[in-house]
Amino acid sequence: MQTFTQGIKHGISIALGYLSVSFSFGILGVQSGLTIWQTILISITNLTSAGQVAGVELIAANAAYVELFLTELLINLRYAFMSLALSQKADRSFHIPQRLLAAFGITDEIFAVASIQPGTIKPKYLYGMIGIAFLGWVGGTTLGAVAGSYLPAQITNALGIALYGMFLAIIIPPAKKSRGILAVIICAVVLRILLTIFAKWVTGGFSMILAALIAAVLGAWLFPVSESAEQEADA
Amino acid sequence: MSRILFSIAIMAGTTYLIRMIPFVFVQTKFKSQRVQSFFYYIPYAVLAAMVMPAVFSSTGDTVSSIVGTVVAVILAYRKTPLIVVALAASLAAYLTMLVLPYL
Repeated sequence: MQTFTQGIKHGISIALGYLSVSFSFGILGVQSGLTIWQTILISITNLTSAGQVAGVELIAANAAYVELFLTELLINLRYAFMSLALSQKADRSFHIPQRLLAAFGITDEIFAVASIQPGTIKPKYLYGMIGIAFLGWVGGTTLGAVAGSYLPAQITNALGIALYGMFLAIIIPPAKKSRGILAVIICAVVLRILLTIFAKWVTGGFSMILAALIAAVLGAWLFPVSESAEQEADA
Repeated sequence: MSRILFSIAIMAGTTYLIRMIPFVFVQTKFKSQRVQSFFYYIPYAVLAAMVMPAVFSSTGDTVSSIVGTVVAVILAYRKTPLIVVALAASLAAYLTMLVLPYL
């Protein structure tokens, strides 16, 4: 049952998590010398965390346009891969206009939650999820840019864990049923921690996708899934 | 157009094209079982790699992050709905922050 409402429901935790992350982005933007409107405009048009932070820093440093372009390209390259994977799950009702629209909202979190759904993904479901996440992202940025220093920090800080809580709730139940999923999760976590400790030059977004890619390749190689097994773990 | 607005346009354009091109132009479905398995596992791998180790600094302080994580793991293990797990983890972290100075 993939409706617009279902998408919104699945997107609420993403929106809550975004609220706290974009809140700190709002503060950063204004502190870096952008106006409140410019800061909000970045969140409206970009909808990505690491890319926006790097962009603001480069703008503040008067960086060349080509440097800005290359930085965004490198930091956000992982989305190309996620789009490719999500395209595999897209329903027949995804035509070019729906794809053009939905592509805007393919973030790490949207990708992961959407592509974990059993079967194919419908445009409406994705619109609901992206819509609410977008509101959280832009709302948080606005709050941070306008009133960053007046709100109690403990509340926004505490919301920072909401997103991760939801991720754990997504991956733990299927891991109880499928050895393959459990193995992939453990492998990804171990790789990510090793990369964080021993390869500091690999930046956040890269180390995440690198760990995930290796873990998924190993999983596909050691625990190939048949379609019936797929549905079993999804049930 | 001012330098800042042009910079924002570059950021937005680059980010959008990276997301849009593969989604619009690669519509073939891959048939091989290995490739399909890979696409089946990739979201779990991405989520796991996003959670660890970032979750332990997600509230800005380690103790409340750990308390929130433990609450989330226990509830998730019992198949609690997503939003309840998310909010309970936040609430646990928030209460920890309030209580901690008095311990």
